[in-house]
Amino acid sequence: MPADRTLDQLRAAAEVVRTAGEHDTIDGVPARYVAAPRDTGQAAALLRAAAALDLAVTFRGGGTKQDWGSPPRRLDLILDTTALTGLVEHAAGDLITVVRAGTRLDELPATLAGAGQQLALDAPLPGGTVGGAVATNTSGPRRMLYGTVRDLLIGVTLVRADGVVAHAGGKVVKNVAGYDLGKLVTGAYGTLGLITECAFRLHPLPAAAAYVSRAVDDPAEAGRLAAAVRAAQLVPTALEVDAPAGGPATVTVLLEGTPAGVTARAAAARRLLGADATAADQPPDGWARYPWRDGDVGLKLTAALSGVPRLLSDARAAADRHDLPLALRGSAGVGVLYAGLPGASDPERVAALVDALRAATAALGGHTVVLTAPAPVRDRVELWGPVHGLELMRRVKQRFDPDARLAPGRFVGGI
Amino acid sequence: MSTTTTDLDALAAALRAAIGADRVITDRQELRTYECDGLAQYKVIPALVALPADAEQCAAVVRACVAAGTPFVARGSGTGLSGGALPRADGVLVVTSQMRDILEIAPDDERAVVQPGVINLAVTRAATPHGYYYAPDPSSQQICSIGGNVAENSGGAHCLKYGFTTNHVLGVELVTPDGDRVRLGGRAPDAPGYDLLGAFVGSEGTLGIATEVTVRLTRLPESVRTLLAAFSTTDQAGAATSAIIAAGVVPAAVEMMDALAIEAAEAAVHCGYPPGAGAVLIVELDGPEPEVAAQFAQVESLCRDNRAFEIRIAADDAERALFWKGRKSAFAAVGRISPDYIVQDGVIPRTALPEVLRRIGELSAERGIRVANVFHAGDGNLHPLVLFDAAVDGETVRAEEVSGAILDLCITHGGSITGEHGVGMDKAKYMPRMFTDDDLDTMQLLRCAFDPDGLANPGKVFPTPRLCGEVPGRRKGAHPAQEAGLAEVF
Repeated sequence: MPADRTLDQLRAAAEVVRTAGEHDTIDGVPARYVAAPRDTGQAAALLRAAAALDLAVTFRGGGTKQDWGSPPRRLDLILDTTALTGLVEHAAGDLITVVRAGTRLDELPATLAGAGQQLALDAPLPGGTVGGAVATNTSGPRRMLYGTVRDLLIGVTLVRADGVVAHAGGKVVKNVAGYDLGKLVTGAYGTLGLITECAFRLHPLPAAAAYVSRAVDDPAEAGRLAAAVRAAQLVPTALEVDAPAGGPATVTVLLEGTPAGVTARAAAARRLLGADATAADQPPDGWARYPWRDGDVGLKLTAALSGVPRLLSDARAAADRHDLPLALRGSAGVGVLYAGLPGASDPERVAALVDALRAATAALGGHTVVLTAPAPVRDRVELWGPVHGLELMRRVKQRFDPDARLAPGRFVGGI
Repeated sequence: MSTTTTDLDALAAALRAAIGADRVITDRQELRTYECDGLAQYKVIPALVALPADAEQCAAVVRACVAAGTPFVARGSGTGLSGGALPRADGVLVVTSQMRDILEIAPDDERAVVQPGVINLAVTRAATPHGYYYAPDPSSQQICSIGGNVAENSGGAHCLKYGFTTNHVLGVELVTPDGDRVRLGGRAPDAPGYDLLGAFVGSEGTLGIATEVTVRLTRLPESVRTLLAAFSTTDQAGAATSAIIAAGVVPAAVEMMDALAIEAAEAAVHCGYPPGAGAVLIVELDGPEPEVAAQFAQVESLCRDNRAFEIRIAADDAERALFWKGRKSAFAAVGRISPDYIVQDGVIPRTALPEVLRRIGELSAERGIRVANVFHAGDGNLHPLVLFDAAVDGETVRAEEVSGAILDLCITHGGSITGEHGVGMDKAKYMPRMFTDDDLDTMQLLRCAFDPDGLANPGKVFPTPRLCGEVPGRRKGAHPAQEAGLAEVF
């Protein structure tokens, strides 16, 4: 086998590099090398070496969202974070934790529960990492009360494209010193730098919880019930609508708090939702999961809150018009819905539906983003739709990654 | 670069042509009105003041500044306490206080759309009839503007539970430092692309000027209950705070005042706090009635367990207001017991409170400078009021030393140099104590993307300006190009 000088040079930076295998692809694009740094120092050394060698790099955590966004235009090195794991700090008295980015999100509840605490982030795709959740800004039902990753992330350690390590924020919740780079890299799909450590604010685990659900025939009715719940004094943790293709929809309200308080509020929620509403202490099927499976088309639809009933009915009508079985599920309480279509759906019809959904969400102040789709669909649709401030975004990318080596092409506007 | 009188005359003429003569101030006496923001130890008379009426005028002012190569500083009500809106003698002060329309209150969307000059409390007043309010409430909420709140990411007493300005701003329209109008975020959450909105909030006017702000409205709580607990020592009050948090209660607010702060408040507003208290805690819970009832009993007993010698429970809104009156007037009140004072704004992890307060006491004794402590105990945001008399030889210097030592104490304990007032001019020199050169260089990458010419509020936030064309890296001394007079820095 001929000598591989690039591999040698990467290994000189950190030993944790190997030649890529046949599964080491990002969304179908093969890599040449894979490196799995164990700490920020190794990651920095590798990114410095990659910069010197002009290698294109894409980051990979649990791999659960590798088919989100566009495939990288160019790929030499996969920087895998699955060895960059573990809790750096859990200051229970200060309600904060610092976690390495490769840590699986679904491992945290067990770790933090001992102190009666939680990182209030849902993990819609099991197996995803903390860094992946931040990089793609995933969210689930509980965002209604607790906010999303961007709201819970209070400090971040980054490695830039040139290998320089930078920190922003810190370990205290109230902090306005310097720019909030944590927000900048949240949802940036790894195009601005590698996130190696995250500091989060935590919340106490509630003593009691109740899921109050009611089935409805008409999606718009689900939207109206959601509006009634918001207007009441229930302070729900989550307010979800689940409208599978071809079946009745369900509205579910999650209430958390003291045992006595939850009992009283669950009773009030049942009165509000109607006679056939039920209360349970466990979530309904599909809770905090996206309404699609691997290989399907997955969409994110957003709207102003008052537009949620309209969006539910418009989306359903558009799907019927294009004869596509659209499953809708999401947070009616915040104006974020997810939609799934079978992966084998006709690309032309999917494209027409995406156009219709874009028009519907735009009219309601929101957006339609295609998060994931099989290649034939992706070839036919633009994933992101209109983006405000794209020129500024390009300028930010140019400053952080002037050679466009980090996940090139995966993000909005070809960034 | 020095701006000459001729340049300024030309710029003033350009501004008058763009926004009208009555919106441009050039008279020296009138300019003096704007010489400082809330922090009186810094005073600079701006070269010009522009008072745009709307976003397009604001953009026109910025474009005129860009064309003239003149720096500009945005200012709302001027209540920041870090010199963030301190004018530049060679620059234009863009005052947004005449852009003060509430454009929309949309309770069904839980949103309000306002111009930047709108007063914080005015948003709540407009939303209250609909059953909503605007949660971020800096102590200056009666006079501070939303634009300023966005610039500083300012907080307040209720941040612990409800979050900060950044958690409640859903969209802005801004004028970028090159004069473009850009909309970020808006009525719906999670706009695609980089979270430039999140980066803009708290950027202290260095990334542009907000000309329209969409904020989240929060449902008015069904129930609010407030207690005031008196303790002999701040240690006991701190222990009670920790016990409340450890019990899983997230109060709407936990505020603490020490003996000197109480003395000042009593002298000013006669709030009638329990005599002999070494510390008082104000704990407020809000939310659904059954939750508040259950947790309030718990809080009361935790205060007693931690040796509160008196607990008062507000029977109605009037009593609640009285509890808060002492706290909210504390900053102004120290003016009655000291000719001069510095308001510090450091943050520490809450668990470090007893140790840090003890050390502040020692610093105070060592330097002969009184320090009154009034702060947001729930989130560790300290506001030590460092009292001094500028007329006494050496006191100003000693007060500044104590003030700086307190910030060092915050950093040593893993905290921050500012929790809500911003870095501004006042704390730029402390940034390298909290962040490395690499951290600050990385922040500058963002700055340069927005403001390559460094015209937006230069000299604030960052201690060591850097040329935007420069490759990031460690620097010593002045940049060679700057030294040679070849390039301007921000």
